Amino acid sequence: MSSAALDARKTGGWLRWISTQLHSRPRLLLAVLLGPPLVWLGVIYLGSLFALLLQSFFSIDEFSGLVRKEFTLKTYSELLHPANLDIILRTVGMASSVTVAAAIVAFPIAYFMAWHASGKLKALCYIGVMLPLWSSYLVRVYSWKLILAREGILNWVFEQLYLTWLLDAILAIPVIGGPSLSISYMGTFLVFLYIWLPFMILPIQAALERVPPSLVDASADLGARPRLTFRKVILPLAFPGVVAGSIFTFSLTLGDYIIPQIVGSSRLFIGQAVFTHQGTAGNIPLAAAFTVVPIVIMGIYLTVAKRLGAFDAL
Amino acid sequence: MRSRATGKRASLGLISATVGGLLFLHVPLALILLYAFTTEEKSYQFPPPGLTLKWFEVAWGRQDIWDALFLSVKVASVSTVAAMAFGTLAAAAMYRSRFFGRETVSLLIILPIALPGIITGISLRSAFHLMEIPFSLWTIVLGHATFCIVVVYNNVVARFRRTSASLVEASMDLGADGFQTFRHVVLPNIATALLAGGLLAFALSFDEVIVTTFTAGQQTTLPIWMLTELVRPRQRPVTNVVAVFVIAVTLIPILAAYYFTRGTEGVSGNGK
Repeated sequence: MSSAALDARKTGGWLRWISTQLHSRPRLLLAVLLGPPLVWLGVIYLGSLFALLLQSFFSIDEFSGLVRKEFTLKTYSELLHPANLDIILRTVGMASSVTVAAAIVAFPIAYFMAWHASGKLKALCYIGVMLPLWSSYLVRVYSWKLILAREGILNWVFEQLYLTWLLDAILAIPVIGGPSLSISYMGTFLVFLYIWLPFMILPIQAALERVPPSLVDASADLGARPRLTFRKVILPLAFPGVVAGSIFTFSLTLGDYIIPQIVGSSRLFIGQAVFTHQGTAGNIPLAAAFTVVPIVIMGIYLTVAKRLGAFDAL
Repeated sequence: MRSRATGKRASLGLISATVGGLLFLHVPLALILLYAFTTEEKSYQFPPPGLTLKWFEVAWGRQDIWDALFLSVKVASVSTVAAMAFGTLAAAAMYRSRFFGRETVSLLIILPIALPGIITGISLRSAFHLMEIPFSLWTIVLGHATFCIVVVYNNVVARFRRTSASLVEASMDLGADGFQTFRHVVLPNIATALLAGGLLAFALSFDEVIVTTFTAGQQTTLPIWMLTELVRPRQRPVTNVVAVFVIAVTLIPILAAYYFTRGTEGVSGNGK
């Protein structure tokens, strides 16, 4: 016990008085505790968020290039121009395919961790998933530049296996192919999948972890074969976990602008469009309108996810 | 590797899918390590024609890297301290009380990390612009602390939930005031969770690039330095050395955080 505290205790000093006041008024205590973080998040974060949303209702003067501060929906209508609509559809398409692929790749890992691994092995798997999740995003993106480069390891592996023709055939596929893997949608897709995969594994594992083994026993006792038990018992119970994971993979892909910039064709994604419009183009209203798109999409997504019970699996 | 329900062994398909998935997650990181030693300077040739330690020396002598590193450490330290204070306060307020708007508050805490970073970034940037605040260390910290709060909050609130409320009541019954109870009863209980949250917040801030590009102005943190090198490569092997260094710096706090919160699986990894 510090001497200051002891003094306060002897004399019934001001610290003690404050403490008593707080203790006898739980509402006041709550306000004191919650005040600082709420002010920080509410003023700094929400404040700037609203300021941005407000600017999406302004427009840019085509002649002077200055922002005209009058309410208009003109900027939003610009989103519907074919070029901008293309960007939105491309991003949503990428986010959906990354999400589906991540769920497929993540499920067996999560299943193994939840049902087959225990003790040391489980800890190892857990660290194995968590380390990439937390380690440097940029370095992990960068590593794919090394892998996908023409002279890099992936081409080398294909060469060693005499499968260069296969790689060429894959790259020749229209739309997803390209001159090389690092300049194609397929490359962008692979990097997205790699970067967000841990975000899918952990919620699925958590959901599977909560499936009581007795349910599986009961299903087997009632005559279901393992395959049927998996389909009718385990999968439905794990589904909220998949949806929870998909929130991350979907939202993170929607807003990312670094990955398609480093690995991918020059066609823009929403994040890049935002970045270009606010930066070199100086068109803050259009940039702001573009940021509203992922917010709206995620709003819809989260509403549906909530219906599917995903928040209990987070 | 027997199933906890049926006692059956994992099938070969399941094992190979798991091993394959984990390799997919780790091989790229191992490659970065390998490339830091390559003698090839101009391209990403595989296999590397030779191995050398030269690039570590070159990187060591580069003042621009040191400057970026110091800025990153400063930003991460200040943001972590702020996030630890705000996160703990919020956790203490939220874990037991029920009040009107509680769900909204918890959404508000998670929002900076749930919304894509580019939205946080551009919002802050346009707010700085509107209020004519010049870019500085503090503008970066404002952004970082905002999304680091949730990391500390998640860890501390999980620990609070596992700490018996009767401990606090006993302390008060024995005559301690609120501050003494916090200092001698609550703090020792949440210390490791708070430390773990702080370490993760540090790793998150040290590595953050998306929000930082909007709030840094002309300043260069280590991730921004790397991004510039990625877009316009100057000396590729030096970038590889820095990449290895960044991985090492972020791994140590993560492993330490895992060590402090083990047994509460899923807590520290949640909600990045």
